[in-house]
Amino acid sequence: MREREDEWTGLMRSAISGDDAAYHRLLRAVTPVLRAAARRGLTRAGQPADQSEDIVQDILLAVHLKRHTWDASAPFAPWLFAIARNKLIDALRRRGRRVFVNIDDFAETLPGEPAAETVPAGEVEAQLQSLPARQRDVLQSIAVDSASIQDTAKKFAMSEGAVRVALHRGLASLTARLRGK
Amino acid sequence: METDQLIRTLAADNAHRARPVGSVLALSLLLAAPVSIAIFVAELGVRPDVMTAMRNPFFDLKFAVTLALAISAIAISLHLSRPEASLRGWAWLLLIPIGLLVAGIGGEMMMPQRAPMMTRLIGRNAWNCLTSIPLMALPLLVAALLGLRHGAPTRPAVAGAIAGLLSAGLAATLYASHCTDDSPLFVATWYTIAAALVAAIGALAGPRMLRF
Repeated sequence: MREREDEWTGLMRSAISGDDAAYHRLLRAVTPVLRAAARRGLTRAGQPADQSEDIVQDILLAVHLKRHTWDASAPFAPWLFAIARNKLIDALRRRGRRVFVNIDDFAETLPGEPAAETVPAGEVEAQLQSLPARQRDVLQSIAVDSASIQDTAKKFAMSEGAVRVALHRGLASLTARLRGK
Repeated sequence: METDQLIRTLAADNAHRARPVGSVLALSLLLAAPVSIAIFVAELGVRPDVMTAMRNPFFDLKFAVTLALAISAIAISLHLSRPEASLRGWAWLLLIPIGLLVAGIGGEMMMPQRAPMMTRLIGRNAWNCLTSIPLMALPLLVAALLGLRHGAPTRPAVAGAIAGLLSAGLAATLYASHCTDDSPLFVATWYTIAAALVAAIGALAGPRMLRF
């Protein structure tokens, strides 16, 4: 577990110094851990565990938009788990439950835990449809059509800079809309 | 959207760099400062005998106390804008303004005084102090909370209360130049109540304004 967390810290440092592939790998690596913790939180609150994917996506968006608050000289896992815990409590509260979520819930997750059946996430998708057209088109092109920034710029006759701005604004307003729910 | 798709999208946005919380907080406080200064100029103004007052160490001590409160609270606020942070190891910073006050009270006790202790404590501007400091602090508090939203505080009530102390410290610095009550006993009583009031407002507003 210690090794895994050191690996995350290394990946996040590379990500911040501009390595997009390291960032991608990091997000993929933490997702199963976040999913397992979300399932456990839901179960403990008496909620169906298969609703975990919306919470996972909520956490990932927060990790992305708040990563400037991570101190690169500190280990990454405690920061990640603090964000995740906060988002999980928020999600459970929105579902009308108050539960105590222990930070160990995250740390204890074993990497080899089998993936369980999960209902596909719907909240991000639903909010996506309410975004301004330009942000929605750019997000959809990159997320759903797997287009690169360059291809997306060509497709919509935009500059790459404008695509980047629309992408970031889109992610930020998605998160704001999820929070406002 | 599937989670893998979301991850790919987030990775595509990796190049985006957010400003540090400190610079966003500084900017929003700078934007709100003119509002508080305008209230000060319109309602209070600097006391007329300020040149003489500056030679009184107890007048100067008021600024040391209020600025120490503001600076400690700024440092704690920035620390609390990290999600894994707690007050542990940082709360002692608030002992600096308290220590200055205690030293001031001790110093005053050792000097011959014309007025009895209770008279110095109650002073002549208690009500003005209790209303003016919170009034001038409010614009700064709103600004501080808006700035700290850029961070990721996971203890929003505590972070809000500290933001309240921060804005009360700054507002009290303005107020101190108006008030003719310089006794550390007056400061320890009325400034403290005023700051606690603003901290309470911050603690109530924090959970609403600092969610992320």
